[in-house]
Amino acid sequence: MRLTQGAFSFLPDLTDEQIAKQVQYCIDKGWAVNIEFTDDPHPRNTYWELWGHPMFDVPDAAGVMFELNECRKAYKGRHYIRLSAFDATHTWESLRLSFITDRPTDEPGFVLERQEIDGRSIRYTTRAYAANRPEGARY
Amino acid sequence: MNAIDKTKPTEEKRSRYSAGVMEYRKMGYWQPDYEPKDTDVIAVFRITPQDGVDEIEASAAVAGESSTATWTVVWTDRLTACDKYRAKCYRVDPVPNAPGSWFAYIAYDLDLFEPGSIANLSASIIGNVFGFKPLKALRLEDMRLPVAYVKTFDGPATGIVVERERLDKFGRPLLGATVKPKLGLSGRNYGRVVYEALKGGLDFTKDDENINSQPFMHWRDRFLYCMEAVNKAQAGTGEIKGTYLNVTAATMEDMYERAEFAKQLGSSIVMIDLIIGYTAIQSMAKWARRNDMILHLHRAGHSTYTRQKSHGVSFRVITKWMRLAGVDHIHAGTVVGKLEGDPHTTKGYYDLCREDFVPQNLAHGIFFDQDWASTRKLMPVASGGIHAGQMHQLIDLLGEDVVLQFGGGTIGHPMGIQAGATANRVALEAMILARNEGRDIVNEGPDILKEAARHCTPLKQALETWKDVTFNYSSTDTPDFVPQATAAE
Repeated sequence: MRLTQGAFSFLPDLTDEQIAKQVQYCIDKGWAVNIEFTDDPHPRNTYWELWGHPMFDVPDAAGVMFELNECRKAYKGRHYIRLSAFDATHTWESLRLSFITDRPTDEPGFVLERQEIDGRSIRYTTRAYAANRPEGARY
Repeated sequence: MNAIDKTKPTEEKRSRYSAGVMEYRKMGYWQPDYEPKDTDVIAVFRITPQDGVDEIEASAAVAGESSTATWTVVWTDRLTACDKYRAKCYRVDPVPNAPGSWFAYIAYDLDLFEPGSIANLSASIIGNVFGFKPLKALRLEDMRLPVAYVKTFDGPATGIVVERERLDKFGRPLLGATVKPKLGLSGRNYGRVVYEALKGGLDFTKDDENINSQPFMHWRDRFLYCMEAVNKAQAGTGEIKGTYLNVTAATMEDMYERAEFAKQLGSSIVMIDLIIGYTAIQSMAKWARRNDMILHLHRAGHSTYTRQKSHGVSFRVITKWMRLAGVDHIHAGTVVGKLEGDPHTTKGYYDLCREDFVPQNLAHGIFFDQDWASTRKLMPVASGGIHAGQMHQLIDLLGEDVVLQFGGGTIGHPMGIQAGATANRVALEAMILARNEGRDIVNEGPDILKEAARHCTPLKQALETWKDVTFNYSSTDTPDFVPQATAAE
């Protein structure tokens, strides 16, 4: 399967040139770009691991691309990596864009567990196959 | 300056309150030098008086009938601070290019309204006065809601920002589809459509306004099959999915029962129709707040009173009331689709949903500055006759904080529902990517779609199938002020 979280998962994997253009768009808007990684792709896993702080003060995309490449050296192929852009404007104060830049080589996906309960109701649990193994040894 | 003179001579007061009928303008409902207070509610009405009725008297009558007056003088006014409670018409302008009709501006003191009650606000402003005989027609065009009144409402249960955080979707419009055919599917077949559309790439599917609990599909059956579909699609994509379960029903008790069941099944969103009424909407908004639920509002029925310019209530007023009432989604028009929607008027509705401060903009039909004072943002929904080939126009006109609902444009795809959903999602992502890269999507849109279709056969087929579909009819509800005119100011 292909994890479709993020704004561009239905497109072919973005090239570094395409990623840099998105980063520049965010910087031009005054948003702080953040790099995160995880090997737990559950859709409710909100808090991916931070690769350093959100970059509030980088002047252009090159700085972000450098950090992204550093993150890749440590985790590429074994983790998901995403970029997000944070807008501190009053009444927003949240993300404005989030997209996956790198994926594990193999994405086994999720099992849907069904627990039959009262009446015809079913309690559903989504579990990543990868999550059966300990963190850091999943992909 | 507040024009109420508290030191009026006794002589004058006595004549004002002598038994009998008196012109409204002489009873204090016309005060041309009144300056509205920051805390006043202001309404602007389009007034079309009967032949021979003077526009000032007609406007004063509207002020009177929507506040303290009755048809004759009553001495019991003198037991009240009646100068304060009287609504004051302070300005009457001719409507540009429409002889015989006027815009009347009327200010209402804040004390006339119960805090946090759309029922009370609307009972005053549109309660009796729309059937008033001396008027041929009357339309409530816009209202200025003072911060002091806005703050008495909860506002959207969830709001755009928190909805995005809960769904983990940022930077692009959300994608939805209304299940079709809207009537007749069994629960099992209905769930099939939901699964295919969500698995193919949509974020949401939606019940239609009239899907409640009919012989062909009882509500519990629909909810159970839909949640199977939502969870299966979620596990198949690793992405949060949802379906708007319509809990509209005959009684509040039935609606609560259905909403509770939706919550128990793990749904992230429920839906209501505008026709349930303002009180029921506010009740459901409070329920949604208590239960972490996104609340979708379908504006079923609104065109009966919003579409014609001469008489009724403008949809911009309904939009304001609904943001106060506390829904999270509202259908607000597509411009390019099959339903009524002038681009400027629609832009006005979208601003009222999404901005924290909306400045006066007569060309968009916005008569007043409106300060929302951090009231959460209401997600507009564009639904009705739109397809992937219009993606560049939709994003250009409507922005990214919107739910784009492609019903027929998903389910009618020649290769099936999943293919239809994928076509829409790819078109959307390609267009956002291109826009962010600085490309001119309005002019290059068709090329951007063609490029994206090279790696996506479903999109190629969608563009081919619907290439000639447009709905170019002139709109009924258009702004009265064109940008270059020297309008009412």
